[in-house]
Amino acid sequence: MDRYVYLDNSATTKISDRVFQAMVPYLTEHYGNPSSIYAMGREAAQAIEDARKKVAGALNAQPNEIYFTGCGSESDNWAIKGAARRLARTQGKKHIVTSVFEHHAVLHTCQALERDGFEVTYVPVDKLGYINPADVEKAIRPDTAIVSIMYANNEIGTIQPIREIGAICKAKKVLFHTDAVQAVGNLPIDVKADNIDLLSLSGHKIHAPKGVGAMYIRRGIILDNFMDGGGQESGKRAGTENLASIVGLGVAIEEVYENLEEKVAKMTRLRNRLIEGLLKIPCTRLNGGTENRLCTNVNISFGGIEGEGLLLLLDLNGIAASSGSACTSGSLDPSHVLLSIGLEHGIAHGSLRLSLGSDTTDEDIDYTLETVPKVVERLRAMSPVWQEWGEDERAGKNL
Amino acid sequence: MLYSAKVMEHFANPHNVGEIPDANGVGEVGNQKCGDIMKIFLKINNGIIEDVKFQTFGCGAAIATSSMATDLIKGKPLEDALQLTNKAVVEALDGLPAVKLHCSVLAEQAVKAAVADYYRRQGIDPTPIVGNLEEDCHECSCEGTEDAHCSH
Repeated sequence: MDRYVYLDNSATTKISDRVFQAMVPYLTEHYGNPSSIYAMGREAAQAIEDARKKVAGALNAQPNEIYFTGCGSESDNWAIKGAARRLARTQGKKHIVTSVFEHHAVLHTCQALERDGFEVTYVPVDKLGYINPADVEKAIRPDTAIVSIMYANNEIGTIQPIREIGAICKAKKVLFHTDAVQAVGNLPIDVKADNIDLLSLSGHKIHAPKGVGAMYIRRGIILDNFMDGGGQESGKRAGTENLASIVGLGVAIEEVYENLEEKVAKMTRLRNRLIEGLLKIPCTRLNGGTENRLCTNVNISFGGIEGEGLLLLLDLNGIAASSGSACTSGSLDPSHVLLSIGLEHGIAHGSLRLSLGSDTTDEDIDYTLETVPKVVERLRAMSPVWQEWGEDERAGKNL
Repeated sequence: MLYSAKVMEHFANPHNVGEIPDANGVGEVGNQKCGDIMKIFLKINNGIIEDVKFQTFGCGAAIATSSMATDLIKGKPLEDALQLTNKAVVEALDGLPAVKLHCSVLAEQAVKAAVADYYRRQGIDPTPIVGNLEEDCHECSCEGTEDAHCSH
């Protein structure tokens, strides 16, 4: 294969050289258990505290407000279950507010709590993929334990009005959690200014390894533990620390925020080139608004074709991407995110998500814009749906 | 998702893609809602499937099963085509991931629907020959079931 273009950075990212180099000593000679009292243990504990400072610094938090976890999903589970269960027990609060298009780590956590007798209100999103803070305000009740709204959507990249939602929750004295897994590293985040009580983030989305995440817990907030056991993480998250990966996460978060403006400007320009180029293909639509959108995210639907075939053909041409098609979810239904913004099933099945990274180049975009139209044309030529459509439908009248 | 080399081969270079303008049996199954539609065109002469083509809206497995199912019935007597099972298609493709087995069911049904259409055009009631066709794609979803249709 001549060319390999990786446009699935929202799925995972490459470990950066700096992160890798920083991790190696903790996988080799400095392998001590951070709980041990001797020098090698103390060194390990110090490395974790250094990483904690770096994560805190990136979010405008204090180091003692940062807890390391196993992944973004664990952070989401801990935030929501930990708050809901505690507040149900201590204050009789058994209601949760979230949105219809959260990541499954949040949605399935809420559904698990529903089975335990909690009530959940799912606020809608508009056709461009934004939550209206007024809808969150209306959904909050006297017995609401926690509000959980994602910072930026993982499929369509829309950035939510987190600051306003945070202010509403603060005024109503309700805990506010945000899943910021896709936002961290792509935009500046200030937990204080944004009125965030709890924030989830993941290492492997920002060039750290898989298997490490973190949670910001504003000082003074007490959650039920998600993982009980030893005294690690101030007794709040048991389990021997994933030392090297935590070190990696610290370096990664510091690195992604260096020259952020410059990187965002470059990625925004490339993203816009990609969107404009792909929309020249007949019968396509951009999913999600353009105003407040991650600089990394492109999500396009192509009428008359199905996404998995598209991904496989792109893969055969050296392009890695993802789709909201049912085939990638293991069910017959396409992406809940695309359905939530009003797409028909057939159109949602034919969606393509391309997610850029800071190392994406103009040449990558050129190649993608050369390849996607050919692949779409090939699939349309064999699609009974496309073959049966008239001129109006092929012009995208129904999108 | 792990596809066999055979599935990838049939997906990347599918056989019998297209339509037959003077087909005398055409069957379409599936719907856009669940993401798979297969349309099969047959040209039948003296009880033999002289030519077969397909059009498919669907995933890699849907395209590969369409390609394989059409290969398996091309040049064969109608009776043989009616004997085609989803299992035979799956075996010929060296297996399919469990969540994709419904695609092979769809391929079997598309062939049967096309044959039924042929009989109908001949003024023959296809039901006693072809049987009742399930066209609800949720019927052919095999996730977590032990449906006989779906076993390897």
